[in-house]
Order: sequence, then structure tokens, then C-alpha cells
Amino acid sequence: MKLEAKNITFGYKKSKTILNDVNLTITESERVALSAPSGFGKTTFCQILAGYEKPWSGQILLDGKPLPKKGYSPVQMIWQHPERAVDPAIRIGDTLAQCPDLDPAVIKGLGIEKDWYQRFPGELSGGEIQRFCIAAALGKETRFLIADEISTMLDLITQSQIWHFLLSETKKRRIGMAFVSHSSDLTDRIATKIVAMEKE
Amino acid sequence: MNDVRTIPVLQTAKKSRFSLRKKTILSLCFTASFLIIITIVGVLCSDTAVTTDFTQKNFAPSIEHLFGTDWLGRDMLARTLRGLSISIFIGLGASTVSAVIALILGTMAATLGNKVDTVITWLVDLLMGIPHLLLLILISFALGKGTFGVIVAVALSHWPGLTRVLRGEILQIKEEDYVKIAQKMGQSRCKIAIKHIFPHIFPQFIVGLILLFPHAILHEASITFLGFGLPPEQPGIGNILSESMSYLSMGMWWLAVFPGIALLITVILFDSVGSNLRKLIDPFSAQD
Repeated sequence: MKLEAKNITFGYKKSKTILNDVNLTITESERVALSAPSGFGKTTFCQILAGYEKPWSGQILLDGKPLPKKGYSPVQMIWQHPERAVDPAIRIGDTLAQCPDLDPAVIKGLGIEKDWYQRFPGELSGGEIQRFCIAAALGKETRFLIADEISTMLDLITQSQIWHFLLSETKKRRIGMAFVSHSSDLTDRIATKIVAMEKE
Repeated sequence: MNDVRTIPVLQTAKKSRFSLRKKTILSLCFTASFLIIITIVGVLCSDTAVTTDFTQKNFAPSIEHLFGTDWLGRDMLARTLRGLSISIFIGLGASTVSAVIALILGTMAATLGNKVDTVITWLVDLLMGIPHLLLLILISFALGKGTFGVIVAVALSHWPGLTRVLRGEILQIKEEDYVKIAQKMGQSRCKIAIKHIFPHIFPQFIVGLILLFPHAILHEASITFLGFGLPPEQPGIGNILSESMSYLSMGMWWLAVFPGIALLITVILFDSVGSNLRKLIDPFSAQD
């Protein structure tokens, strides 16, 4: 399987183009690191890859076909700010329940404890919420994972625990990955390919 | 720099016996039950309110008649209570209809695209631009006055404010990350609306509904006072006040003062119920 971004052009305002004719291909065994300084549109590109934003021109293709509009998306994104990625008004267990066919091994591997399920996001730390977000993005149908600075709010031990798990899980299930990280150690350790975004 | 000390940390904060939340709940229960009692007593004394007794004309307030009696010997306390209960019923009907209109139009404006949004926003602006009282009189008069006319008039003129609030709220939630993520998790639009959007606008809706009450009651009283509302045989507060006008110059101050104060207190109580309820169910202040 491969995920292709073909000739992506995008901007939030008509007057300012952020991404101009970007091409990228990720195959199922690849872990691509996107690297660029702040404000270069890494997050925007991630959102386009996962189908959250519609590009002005160009296409995102999964095995030559556009991303499905309905159902659990095979391209899942994990967001940078876990607090904003979960509904503050419902229990975190209900948020996780939105993901169909969740493997119990995923929950165990991420170190999620049972009594967290009954809590509201306000009663959990950012790192704890992020584990739920990662779990929800790792449903059975996930083929590609887009990780946008998912570990910036975590302490080093938790960071390594989560990345170890993600690494073994994506290898085992042959999930392709694109990730953004500002830590060069992490990038060197995880990535099979590094894509640097530069000014034209 | 190896001098590391550990400090014991309190894992659970001590709770005071009367938290602010408990106080709010208490005062909410108190005001709400007071209003319910007024309504029930008002319904029970609907006969006393219209019984005339010419041996007891024009009595000033006393132990027997706390609010005095009027020129036909009717007990003003009974009339005031009856008037309040009528006002509360009309307020209930009108503000519920109004809030439902606001919910429907607000949801439509936020979800059905630009054209619908423009039309509804224009309508809201239009209705907000016309003075309330004028609109109330026009609608009530066109419907032949009476209870029905008053309810429809109040209901049709009070929805714009809440519509605007709900529309804004829904538009904001629609753009939240977690709503977009839920879509990618394969949740249907309907499920998202029920699970993610409705719980967020529900507090606004309920509080908006209750805060419409005082408006509705005051406006009901004012158009009745001006003669475009309830029929004169109904002891609405507006009627009581307008009838008392001709007797004020004779020194019968109690005819206007007590019903007026009672109306004021009712309105204030409803207002406090609304703001207390907001404190309780608004996620941003619920933990106080």
C-alpha cells in the first residue's frame, strides 16, 4: 500500500500560498520524518495528508484512489494538542469507544489504566489523554499514521515508552507513518526517510 | 547541588463543608420552590381573586387583608398571586416556544450552509432592530389580543437573541478538532450532533430559556397594562396595575405598590434561577 500526495497546493488565505506543488509518497514500510522550522506548514501538510483539509489543487491518493469520505479512515492523524482533540464534555472512555475494533493489546502497550476510562479529559494529564488519542488512531483498519509532534508534551520516559510501542506496532502491522518531530535524536532513531521542507 | 529534598504533597484537597456549588444548588432549590409555590397558590385562589364583597371595599393593608382590598372589595393578595401565576404560565408557554424556535433556527443557520445562514441572520437583525414593545403590540393586536395573542406575540418576538447565541455556539463547536476527528473515526453526522454538539449547547439552551422568562413576564405585563394584552376580566398583573391608576389619586397606594413589588420580585427570582443554573451546568464554572 502507498499513500501519495500529488501536486498539493494549499493556503489559508487566497493571497498567501503555504504549500506549493508538494509531492510525497509513503509506502507501508516507511516512516517519513517531516522536518522544517516553525511556520513552514508541517501541521497543515499533515492535515491535508489525513484528509482534514482540502487542498486547492492536487490529490491525496491511497493506492491510487482518493481517501474514503465515510467510515473509519485508513489514514489516521494524531494531533499535537491532545486536550483539543478530545471532547471535554464526555468521558474519555466514550471518546475511545468511537474507534471500532480496538485491539486490547494496543491499550495495554500504551499503558492506559482501566480507571482512567471513567474520567473527563479535564481530570487527566496531557500525556494520559495523548495515549487515548494514539489508541483511537490505531484501529484495525488503520494503514497510515500521521503523527504531528505527538510527544512534545511528554516526559522522556513516557516518550520512549510510547515511541517504542509505536515502532513495534507499526512494524508488526505494516503501518506506514509520517511524523513531525523537533528532536533530531528521535528522528534519527525512528525515521527511514527524512523530508526537509524548504523555502522556494 | 545534590541536596534534594522531598516535600509531601496533598493528594486530595480538603473540601469545605459548604462549597460554592452547594450554596448555588441550595439557593437554586429555594428560589425554584418559591416560584412553584406562588404558581400553585395563585391557581388555588383564582376564585377568591374575582369574588367581590362590598362590605370590605377600599380597605388599607391589615392582618386580614395583607395587601388590602380594592374598590369592589376583592382581596388584593389573592389577586396579586393569581396575577403572578397567570404571568408565570404565559411566560412558560411563550419562552418555551421562543427557545424552541431559537434552537431550530440557530441549528439551521449553523449547519445548512451560507444562504440559509444569511437569511436567518438577516431575520435576526431585522427583529432586533424593531423595538420589542412595538412588535408585541402589533402581533398581539393582529391576533385579537387575549391570552393566545399575548403568548404568540411574546414567543415570536423573543427568539432572536438566543438564536444568535446558539448559532455562534454551534459554529464554534463544528470547527473543534474533536468533531473533525470524530468524523475521521467514522461517526455519522447525526451521532456527532447528539454526542458532541448537543451536550455543549444544552446549557446555553436551558439557561437561555429560563432567562427569557423575566422578559416574557415583564412584556406580558406591559402590553396588558397598555390594553393590548389580557382581557380585563383576567386579574393579570398588567390589568391590576392599569386599573389601579385611577384610584391612586384617591390615596389607595396599596393597589399598585404590592402587585408591582411582587412582579419585580418574581422577575428577580427567575433571573437568579437562570444565573445559578448557568453557574451549575456551564462547564467553565461548574467546578467552582
